[in-house]
Amino acid sequence: MNPRKKRLLLIACAVALLAGALALVLAAFRDNIVFFHTPTEVAEGRAPQGRTFRIGGMVEAGSVRRDADGVTVYFAITDMAHKVPVRYQRALPDLFKEGKGAVVQGKLGEDGVFLASEVLAKHDENYMPPEAQHALDAARTLQE
Amino acid sequence: MTLELGHFALIVALLVCCVQAVLALVGAQRAHAGMMATARPASWAQFGCLVLAWCCLTWAFVQSDFSSLLVAQHSSSQTPLIYRITGVWGNHEGSLLLWSLSLSGWTVAVALFSRRLPQAFTARVLGVLGAINAGFLAFLLFTSNPFLRLLPPALEGHDLNPLLQDPGMIIHPPLLYMGYVGFSVAFAFALAALLAGRFDAAWARWSRPWTLVAWLFLTAGIAVGSGWAYYELGWGGWWFWDPVENASFMPWLLGTALLHSLAVTEKRGAFRSWTVLLAIGAFSLSLLGTFLVRSGVVTSVHAFASDPSRGLFILGLLVAVIGVSLTVFALRAGSLGGGGRFALLSRDTSLLINNVLLAVATSAVLLGTLYPLFIDALGMGKLSVGPPYFEAVFVPLIAPVMVLMVIGPFVRWKSDTARRLLRTLWLVVLGALVLAGVLAACMGMDNVSPAAFGGLLLAAWIASASAQLLWQRLRAPGRIAAGWWGMWLAHFGLAVFILGVTVVKSGGQDLDMRMRVGQQAELAGYTFVLLDEKPYRGPNYTAFTARIAVYLDDQRQHLLAELVPEKRIYHARQMPMTEAAIDIGILRDVYVSLGERLEDGEWVVSLHYRPLISWLWAGCALMGLGALVAVLDRRYRRQRSPSPQTGAAA
Repeated sequence: MNPRKKRLLLIACAVALLAGALALVLAAFRDNIVFFHTPTEVAEGRAPQGRTFRIGGMVEAGSVRRDADGVTVYFAITDMAHKVPVRYQRALPDLFKEGKGAVVQGKLGEDGVFLASEVLAKHDENYMPPEAQHALDAARTLQE
Repeated sequence: MTLELGHFALIVALLVCCVQAVLALVGAQRAHAGMMATARPASWAQFGCLVLAWCCLTWAFVQSDFSSLLVAQHSSSQTPLIYRITGVWGNHEGSLLLWSLSLSGWTVAVALFSRRLPQAFTARVLGVLGAINAGFLAFLLFTSNPFLRLLPPALEGHDLNPLLQDPGMIIHPPLLYMGYVGFSVAFAFALAALLAGRFDAAWARWSRPWTLVAWLFLTAGIAVGSGWAYYELGWGGWWFWDPVENASFMPWLLGTALLHSLAVTEKRGAFRSWTVLLAIGAFSLSLLGTFLVRSGVVTSVHAFASDPSRGLFILGLLVAVIGVSLTVFALRAGSLGGGGRFALLSRDTSLLINNVLLAVATSAVLLGTLYPLFIDALGMGKLSVGPPYFEAVFVPLIAPVMVLMVIGPFVRWKSDTARRLLRTLWLVVLGALVLAGVLAACMGMDNVSPAAFGGLLLAAWIASASAQLLWQRLRAPGRIAAGWWGMWLAHFGLAVFILGVTVVKSGGQDLDMRMRVGQQAELAGYTFVLLDEKPYRGPNYTAFTARIAVYLDDQRQHLLAELVPEKRIYHARQMPMTEAAIDIGILRDVYVSLGERLEDGEWVVSLHYRPLISWLWAGCALMGLGALVAVLDRRYRRQRSPSPQTGAAA
């Protein structure tokens, strides 16, 4: 094989590889991006059904309730305008508290209860999850 | 006084760095020996200043001087001494000082161990390092001064974030920073070579040990960080594809590519431009990592409260470094010259493919990490890219690397024949299939999903090829160089690592349940009994401990271990913390942590079974050991100045 052909072959391989990688990335983006919605958006039915997404807001004071099994927890996440009931079936993170900010990830059930697969905790007491802050700010702007 | 002294030392260090950068670089350009000679003493001077600054800050922490803003925010009089000392880098300002200090340490190391290199080259390297540190010191002084006073002084401090009060966090940041910053040396070598317009085998040989050491630190830092997440976050996860983790993983991936590319440049003189680009890329990603972690732009399980305005400064620094280095590259790349020719089937090609794939995988991780930031910055909504994306993209891109990486050492440089290669490889393939079958049988065929079998096959493939390679090398005549052993260990370590990852991912089991004292639970064939609970007081926290007995059978005949997990409430921040208890074994970990205390003697308990997770750390340790062995190779110690013929270009 002459050098010119070889170079062409190498370039063709590189292009094919990049195209493959790009296709992989795009497919993975399409299937796996998790969008974020505020409780107001969820209440207005603007959140997707059957797809994983995130909600940020405050854990409504007095809303946390436990099933008899001790592990299943119900609470409401609110942006002070609307709230979304949430069900979660694992041990809660340390910094989960009523009246504090939280972000939950999961799917919206048929009955309007959000089935959380993850409750995101932060590492720092003074740190508000940006998504939770965003939800509160958005709701406040809407009300004003 | 101490604080002011430290502050002053920091200012002097900044000035020294500026002087070092200007004199050394200008001196090298004009071949002015006197100016170049300043580089070494200046390196020592900035190192001295930064050590002094470091000691001053540490003293303030040890003394619990609450007139220091930093101490008041990140320490308290109740904090144990060890965490007062490590609290110095448990915060934004202090960790940046650590960054600067370790850069200074690397600079001094270069000044020490480069006596045999040409003066102009050393001056350029030290000049570039000085310029980088000047940037960081300016960042420290202007946006994140660790020596600010608090007036009036606080009576008591806020304590160190409890998550950081842990032995893993004592060593994780310094290791990681040594790795990040270590790539600045490879970067400085590349830039110095560009400025001098000389690229030869000698340059690659000088650069290799530094890159290896940086890679070693980064590997260790990532492994320790992952181990910390595993036992400290309380739910047995060890990697979350979190932006901050990716921030350390990307320079690691590109650094790995750089190590291999340097090998080709040294042995064959090829891939020069590519090697330089990788050096620039690896260091830029280190800076990007610092930016991501320190600016607070990412939502992350690791995101501690931090200040976005500072991000702008690091971003500026990042742009300056990338911009300047790429400009120099563009101006000088023409003078690099091509390398030796090589056939399609050659070790050169296999390393090229490995490099390209590693770079593409790095880009895919980078894309996933930055995409949410871009979308948010453009005001197009908030979203997150989680582990499913990274697994879907990263695994298919990296699997071919792992298949190819063990073929490479069998192939000859420059050119080889398929027939010769196949004669060796059929045995490897056979070995891999048999080994994978045995492994799958050990796990129980029913538990092995196709993906898991793929993982087993990969691990078996690498292990089988490693065995064959070792056999061949031992039979061949000649002394085996340390560099070869390093390569072998690191590759074999990856097999161990992949096996660990595969088994823990497919065989891990978890159970969260409510347990009353005396109640029992079962997971993965083990029986767990909550024996009792007991409150106790630590130095700066109050806690509950629970004793949980783990039996090998449900008759409670054979006791495996008594685990004592804790739930702590740290006083200063009223912050709850989970301390997991783990029975560590070669074949599996049994992991217990406490959730919420529901009422007297009743807890939500998390039970986890993690098969072969120790192999994961062992694999990392082997990779690190490989790098260490390779650094000790004799040829790096015989770093003679190049002969006049090759040095003429400088």
